[in-house]
Amino acid sequence: MPIQILMPALSPTMTEGKLARWLKGEGDAVKSGEILAEIETDKATMEMEAVDEGTLGKILVPDGTEGVAVNTPIAVLLADGEGDEALQRVIERAVADTAPVAAKAPQASVQPAPAPATAPPTAAAEKVYAKTIRQTVREALRDAMAEEMRRDPAVFLMGEEVAQYQGAYKVSQGLLDEFGPKRVIDTPITEMGFTGLGVGAAYAGLKPIVEFMTFNFSMQAIDQIINSAAKTLYMGGGQLGSPIVFRGPNGAASRVGAQHSQCYASWFAHCPGLKVVAPYSAADAKGLLKAAIRDPNPVLVLENELLYGQSFEVPDDPDFVIPIGKAKIERSGSSVTITAFSRMVHLALEAAALLAKEGIEAEVINLRSLRPLDVETIVASVKKTNRIVSLEEGWPFAGIGAEIAAVMQEQAFDWLDAPVTRVTGKDVPMPYAANLERMALPQIDDVVAAAKAVCYR
Amino acid sequence: MAISKRKVRGAAPAATAEQSIEYYKTMLLIRRFEEKAGQLYGMGLINGFCHLYIGQEAVVVGMQAALKDGDSVITSYRDHGHMLACGMDAKGVMAELTGRAGGYSKGKGGSMHMFSREKHFYGGHGIVGAQVPLGTGLAFAHHYREDGGVCLCYLGDGAINQGQVYESFNMASLWKLPVVYVIENNKYAMGTSIERSSAGTELARRGAAYNVPGKQVDGMDVMAVRAAADEAVGHARRGDGPFILEMKTYRYRGHSMSDPAKYRTKEEVAKMREQHDPIDQLRKKMLEEGQTSEEVLKEIDRQVKGIVGEAADFAQSSPEPDAQELWTDILVEA
Repeated sequence: MPIQILMPALSPTMTEGKLARWLKGEGDAVKSGEILAEIETDKATMEMEAVDEGTLGKILVPDGTEGVAVNTPIAVLLADGEGDEALQRVIERAVADTAPVAAKAPQASVQPAPAPATAPPTAAAEKVYAKTIRQTVREALRDAMAEEMRRDPAVFLMGEEVAQYQGAYKVSQGLLDEFGPKRVIDTPITEMGFTGLGVGAAYAGLKPIVEFMTFNFSMQAIDQIINSAAKTLYMGGGQLGSPIVFRGPNGAASRVGAQHSQCYASWFAHCPGLKVVAPYSAADAKGLLKAAIRDPNPVLVLENELLYGQSFEVPDDPDFVIPIGKAKIERSGSSVTITAFSRMVHLALEAAALLAKEGIEAEVINLRSLRPLDVETIVASVKKTNRIVSLEEGWPFAGIGAEIAAVMQEQAFDWLDAPVTRVTGKDVPMPYAANLERMALPQIDDVVAAAKAVCYR
Repeated sequence: MAISKRKVRGAAPAATAEQSIEYYKTMLLIRRFEEKAGQLYGMGLINGFCHLYIGQEAVVVGMQAALKDGDSVITSYRDHGHMLACGMDAKGVMAELTGRAGGYSKGKGGSMHMFSREKHFYGGHGIVGAQVPLGTGLAFAHHYREDGGVCLCYLGDGAINQGQVYESFNMASLWKLPVVYVIENNKYAMGTSIERSSAGTELARRGAAYNVPGKQVDGMDVMAVRAAADEAVGHARRGDGPFILEMKTYRYRGHSMSDPAKYRTKEEVAKMREQHDPIDQLRKKMLEEGQTSEEVLKEIDRQVKGIVGEAADFAQSSPEPDAQELWTDILVEA
């Protein structure tokens, strides 16, 4: 029976890749463990090994094909003695299989946001840029750093694998080439050490960008972030600030278990002396990271690995900066307010599209900044909708939603027609199993249900 | 590996009479300042944690003598002596201890949290060991800017067992950062003796795995400290990377004002005071070598008393911070 060779997933979050090059040709004998092809993901070029033995009967996806979805049949392997007839049979099946496979997006993937039913109001102090380019979040973050490093020689990047490896998630691609090893610095695996080193350098007036490979590892360094970076300006009566940026992917990735899947938004947003931003789109990522680098205070930029490969329109203007502390109304509506940040904005927009079909017009607020929180925008929205659902993937207890609920009862109590409602990650460590992981994270249906509940529908 | 267990004793050219007198004066200022702080604490004018430097004066004074303008200094919470040795004003330090508006941190930092950009003193840090990566970062900034500066990063025999110290040694050595780690080994990490807390008690060797040279120094002898400081600071300034100095020293008072110091005998303390006191030793040496006279020393005593008295007065007369200060200095306005 001929065997279909499928496009492999080469990282936890890979949904598609480029078939860069076949190393075996049709008719070649293949042994288990031999390299069959090179696959290019958005992070790296990886080799694909043969699992089974046989003869490579047919290549279904040729060299250089981009956007090949994971699990798409890419070749057929024939066992000894199998001929053209068997090959033909399996090719027909492969072609038939391809369509559904490609259409079925893996759970973790994020599709481009649907066009809002109504255009977002540009009135919310959102400057309009004439020219935009389409970029991934990953490219936008890289460009933000490159532009600021060109602008200010005191800015440098340090972290694990940021230089020669080009970033564990390829965010710092090309920076070493442009700025050299003095300003793009590979550190040992020593979070507490290099975080403290970065803060010390910031005391001395440099402007470090400290990359955590993921924010999970920032827990090793949280003393230096809180006690050394956040508090020193106050403790010194204003003498010594810490102009430093801590950035990296935050929140749940995909199938990596409890120690690598956690949202730290409320941990850091809790602390006076810090600013915390969480970009959703590539434009957010670029504008907020540039603002963070220019800010004279310690700023945490909570990125999201699952968004790195997503593309958005980004203003093509070197002066494009998004002010920290301003939320963005992604979709206006009058029925219910939904607040979200980072990847959850996508969920909120998807939910809003479904709700619209039932006549519920949700106003989706992309918080962008968690400290300071744009309370004004949220309150103004609630005065219009009289209902609010807070969406986040972090835990509920003392989370961002808890803070929003408290602020709403303080500042919008008289306008509320329903209890402030939270949709959060479940109050459990992140499980590994696919079904449990899905249950632990907010899903679109949860948001739809919560919005309908506050609308008494 | 340049690990030397030999104690350095005046290896560098002997100090001039002027220098000796300067060291004496600064050590005496620290001693009298700390005694006054202890008194004010007893009167309820200083509260919270207050860690006195009495007994260890030779370390910071000898180290400071090797620095140039622009070099940076950072330490942990036993920091009053370091600030005075850096040239910070005794009035501002004392007023911070009493929590007044005239303090270096406007009364918002307290004993453990004072800074002076002007004097390149970067604190004053209350988390044991946290100052070590921070100081390594100050050295990184000297290196990045190529300004020829060196950072003196002080830590104690308690901090030396923190993991981040070794993370710092590793990076400093890897990148040849101009930093001197000065371990003030006063034998007790709060109440736990070095023998009870450290599997290896020769702290100068703690950088060996990272190729950081280290040296033990008689930290009660300001001239020995000065000589070691010249060597270590020179090493760092030349671009040869970090250097560790283990200062064998002693604090006469408890860990903080609230420590009854039951973990050591009165005799042990008395012996150190009588036989190894850094100020008495220098005083005797200067008189024996004819570098000074009783009259000159008396005049110095009088001057120091005046500075400390003035500081204590200022610390009591300076007003409490304005209520508005509660809400200032949280963020730098962009």
